[in-house]
Amino acid sequence: MKKIIPKHSLAIRWFHWINFPILAIMIWSGLLIYWANDVYRVGWGDTTILKFFPDSFNKALNIPYRLAEGMSFHFVFMWIFAINGLLYFLYLLFSKEYKLIFPHKKALKESWLVILHDLHLRKGLPPQKKYNAAQRIAYTGVIVMGFGSIITGLAIYKPVQFKTLCYLLGGYEWARIEHFIITILFVLFFLVHVIQVILAGWNNFRAMITGFEVKKIPPPPTTEIFEDENNNDTQPIPTLPVNP
Amino acid sequence: MLAEKNVTQKEITKRTIVAFLIFFALIAAGIFGWQLLTDQPKDNGALKPLRTILNANENIFKNYVFDSTDLSRKYSSSAVAPRTRVNGDAGMSADFDPAKWKLELVRRPGDTLFISLDEIKALPKTEIIFDFKCIEGWNQITHWGGVKFSDFVKKYNLDEQAKMQYTSLITPDKEYYVGIDNKSILHPQTILCYEMNDKPLPMNQGYPLRLIIPVKYGVKHLKRIGTITFSNTRPRDYWFERGYDYYCGL
Repeated sequence: MKKIIPKHSLAIRWFHWINFPILAIMIWSGLLIYWANDVYRVGWGDTTILKFFPDSFNKALNIPYRLAEGMSFHFVFMWIFAINGLLYFLYLLFSKEYKLIFPHKKALKESWLVILHDLHLRKGLPPQKKYNAAQRIAYTGVIVMGFGSIITGLAIYKPVQFKTLCYLLGGYEWARIEHFIITILFVLFFLVHVIQVILAGWNNFRAMITGFEVKKIPPPPTTEIFEDENNNDTQPIPTLPVNP
Repeated sequence: MLAEKNVTQKEITKRTIVAFLIFFALIAAGIFGWQLLTDQPKDNGALKPLRTILNANENIFKNYVFDSTDLSRKYSSSAVAPRTRVNGDAGMSADFDPAKWKLELVRRPGDTLFISLDEIKALPKTEIIFDFKCIEGWNQITHWGGVKFSDFVKKYNLDEQAKMQYTSLITPDKEYYVGIDNKSILHPQTILCYEMNDKPLPMNQGYPLRLIIPVKYGVKHLKRIGTITFSNTRPRDYWFERGYDYYCGL
């Protein structure tokens, strides 16, 4: 006998799996747009450590000369991205699920302990609810990034109509840089997220599709006199704390 | 909402398989939908469904968000970039003879005015320093001088034409052409421009007369205006035909 524990509601799973391909389309079409003025790099003076993006990267992904196409996709799928994100945020608020996601008081300190643990430098994790402190910060971070990408995106999409917004973001050029940086952060989040999901294993991944996690029910206490392993399925089982 | 409960392994396997089947079916539907979308015919260079939404975006921004009295931000002359970038030479044929140039203003079929540069220069002058934005993604603070389009409308009795939906501008060689919604062409910062940085407009910037329209991307700032006409349907637009948004509003 095993126990299933609900983890992700159907709504959360929909929001998550709609967002994944939509964000991918936004990033891809964004690359097509960015190519037309690909001026960003990491470096100083004449030294460039990393150019965004190397020609080989553009070539491999068939990016050059597709600005119009990129804009047409970007300004259509932006609606789905924004609406899905907004509904997700409202869902978190109204279902009170935000309490499990937004960072709690000790989140910063605890997230450090989580990182040490994940790097195998420390044993044991602080007690947690649905998410640990590092997850809380990361998942709240992507919500903030989502808002940020919409706001900076609006500022570069309609800089005259949203002139105050554009001004507050430091002007048109800065808004474009910020929009770009947020996109890079989304990609970095995605990489870490996928690695962590792989490391966390099947039970955790399955939960984002089925909605539940499976826990083994610990064998009955050894103090019981008549213990019959083959009979576990039919005997009433004492409820025990799930996570010792 | 799923309830926490004890179940057999068989039950778990069953539920997992069902959920994954639904998941894969949705992925397949997504891929199918994507292919359906990308297989659609094109409308002026953009996939039809995307074009429909781009036009809907235009309606939303033109009618509900943009107030045509909203001004593009102004800058001081010290902020002007030392070298004004030139982008695009479509419609700038080499065989152009500036001495013979006159602006062809078609008020209505059979009623065309030919206006010289001096006549245009005699109208009240408006200067503007604004952040010019290219659709490619770069921007530059630039300084221009010319006649406010709304002053031009007053001078040549174009009130009736101004009430129409669109204005069309075409280069003398007919190679480059833009269509502009009249709300934007009548915007107080839209000028028929003959000066750049207090000097006559250079040849490669559209001498003798070009459009400066700060509420649009650079693609709409047609250089070297040959003909101006008015209509209630969208006039031809060079970049629109090549897949870009018609409105290109900022």
